[in-house]
Amino acid sequence: MSNLLEINNVVKSYGDYTALNNVSLHVPRGSVFGLLGPNGAGKTSLIRIINQITMPDSGEVILDGEKLAPHHIEYIGYLPEERGLYKSMKVGEQALYLAQLKGLSKTEAKKRLKYWFEKFDISAWWDKKIEELSKGMAQKVQFIVTVMHNPKLLIFDEPFSGFDPINAQLIAKEILQLRDEGATIIFSTHRMESVEEMCDYIALINKSNKILDGKLETIKRQYRTNTFQVGLDATNPAEVQQKLKEQFDVLPADFKTLNKGLKLNIKIKDGGTANELLSFLTNAGQVHHFVELVPTANDIFIQAVNKNS
Amino acid sequence: MKKLKLIILREFTAKVKNKSFIIMTFLSPLIMIAMIALIVFLTKQNDSSVKEILYVDNSDLFTAEDFKSTETIKYLDFSDLGIEETKKKVEEGNHYGVLLLPKIDSLELLAKSVEFFSKDTPGLNTMENIEGIVNTKLGSLKMQQLGIDEQKIKSSRIRSDIKLLNFSGEKSSKQASAAKIAVGSIAGYLLMMFVIIYGTSVMRSVIEEKTSRIIEVIVSSVKPFQLMLGKIIGNAAAGLLQFFVWGILLLIAFIAVSLFVGIDSAELFSKDISPEQLAQMQDVIGNKANLVAAFLKLPFLSLFFLFIFYFLAGYMLYSSLYAAIGAAVDNETDTQQFMMPIMMPLMLAVYVGAFTVMNDAHGPVSIFFSHFPLTSPIVMLMRFPFGVAWWEVLISMILLVLTFIGIVWLASKIYRVGILMYGKKPTYKDLWKWIRYNG
Repeated sequence: MSNLLEINNVVKSYGDYTALNNVSLHVPRGSVFGLLGPNGAGKTSLIRIINQITMPDSGEVILDGEKLAPHHIEYIGYLPEERGLYKSMKVGEQALYLAQLKGLSKTEAKKRLKYWFEKFDISAWWDKKIEELSKGMAQKVQFIVTVMHNPKLLIFDEPFSGFDPINAQLIAKEILQLRDEGATIIFSTHRMESVEEMCDYIALINKSNKILDGKLETIKRQYRTNTFQVGLDATNPAEVQQKLKEQFDVLPADFKTLNKGLKLNIKIKDGGTANELLSFLTNAGQVHHFVELVPTANDIFIQAVNKNS
Repeated sequence: MKKLKLIILREFTAKVKNKSFIIMTFLSPLIMIAMIALIVFLTKQNDSSVKEILYVDNSDLFTAEDFKSTETIKYLDFSDLGIEETKKKVEEGNHYGVLLLPKIDSLELLAKSVEFFSKDTPGLNTMENIEGIVNTKLGSLKMQQLGIDEQKIKSSRIRSDIKLLNFSGEKSSKQASAAKIAVGSIAGYLLMMFVIIYGTSVMRSVIEEKTSRIIEVIVSSVKPFQLMLGKIIGNAAAGLLQFFVWGILLLIAFIAVSLFVGIDSAELFSKDISPEQLAQMQDVIGNKANLVAAFLKLPFLSLFFLFIFYFLAGYMLYSSLYAAIGAAVDNETDTQQFMMPIMMPLMLAVYVGAFTVMNDAHGPVSIFFSHFPLTSPIVMLMRFPFGVAWWEVLISMILLVLTFIGIVWLASKIYRVGILMYGKKPTYKDLWKWIRYNG
């Protein structure tokens, strides 16, 4: 079983509106899986189905080799985008309550909470009410509540919203550590830089359809254009540019550099290699910049969405 | 089941630990007692000021004995001073008013010509007292004129007291009726109050979960239906505790007050009592004894079980509707339009209970509303003490249970969708759409 979660041909509609149209996804065990998509694409609908908050109209969800069933609730930790806690309840009481709802015994829950509270250095908050905490503090409590029952599958919907950069990094570190300890993580976000940092796999949902999925590396390879960003200090720039255009697709580029000279994006035609371009350039002048333009998750996201619509 | 227990426990403790709940529980009986004491005190104060009414009798028909002074009104004869002087005296002094009985030969005309001058408009009681004096005197004079023996008229008056029996030979009485009305009304009102107070509390609790956005975390751990049920039961438990505390506090207060009043009334009795008053009092005491006897004759055991049943079923039915409303809206101000359909049957039930059932417990209106599931918990409780056939009760119960299941099912559908919906205030059409969503 290499996939912890398999979603097969899931359809969900609300009245006339189709929120998910025949969506299939495979989430490999022990991966960080980025679920990407514009607002209203159907991400939350999908996450709610995995959490058994709603049921799909058709299709099936397989968790750890079994068809999704009520007892799987204990295997899943979910941090929704719209999150909150009981305002007038004490932090400790509340965490205990939520842990018990996830199937932990009271003593076990206490033990684990103690561990997490010490880890985050927030033991002093145990008897405080949530309304006395700042938003960031409450988010920490919420994170603990999500992960403390050691779920096999963790679902984070925009986990970094509401955190300052320092705490966001702390949370990111914790998420990666949880993955290293064996958890599988689904990560729904718009923040593309965090996708680059953390995700091993991604799936892109747009207008209720999955339009792209796979290993992030593979997808990037698919979307690469063999384009190189070049900075060249030549004695005769106009002539060099003319000659380049005969062999390659040349576009002007804009990047910051301390050197003067030509700034170009050069695309190698099919069959060509980077070495051919490089030897051409070294003959033509002083090369001070030579980088392959690897598509960012953001580029892929925008391209895929535009192509789809 | 374990989760349901957890939810009930949390709802219960959240409610019971709430400051306003604690204050309400211990303070409202005190406030109630204080209010009653205040009203009694104020009424006494009001009555204790004696109004002095001066009368000028130009007709020469009245004697001083006709103007019997009461606890609050004292009559003084100023006929000799003349009307103008007396008026002036009242205007300048502290007397309450002047009653002028003009000199007119015809009794009918005189009755229409009596005048009363006062600074303030007199209250109803005062006017009744004055009119009573005039009517009695003129009435008896009229009888004399017509040659009717007043004593014969008096002795010809008969007061009937019809004994009520049913066919099993059970004796009944008007007092029994009163006891039945009292027991039924109290049960019905209690149920209505409970539904409104704790139904609203369920609704608030749902709205709180929505606005604090914890709801999505919770429903990823438990079924929405479990959460709704837990809420309803938890709040009911807190409510029953509150009622229990109120009951005990009121009992203590009642005992305390009756001790005081007991001393008071003993003092009252020791005052001079005319034989007539004594007879009247014995009558009242007799009535009271009858009332107690009638009270004890009520079928308490079955009434108790019936009360528990209708109480629980009625509360569950309505509070699930409250929960659905809470789920449908984002804040309490939006609840208004959905509250009407809930309040209407409750109000209707109490009014039908208070008026129709008391007049005719077995008329078609009473029968209909004691079977109609939205009103039956209240109306049947009010009707039952008058004797309702067991099969009628059974039909009403079955209808209630079926409706209860149906409504809880519908409400849970609205609840399930509503708790995750934010933004625009839903219309009834939206609610209908939510009910038809599957999964």
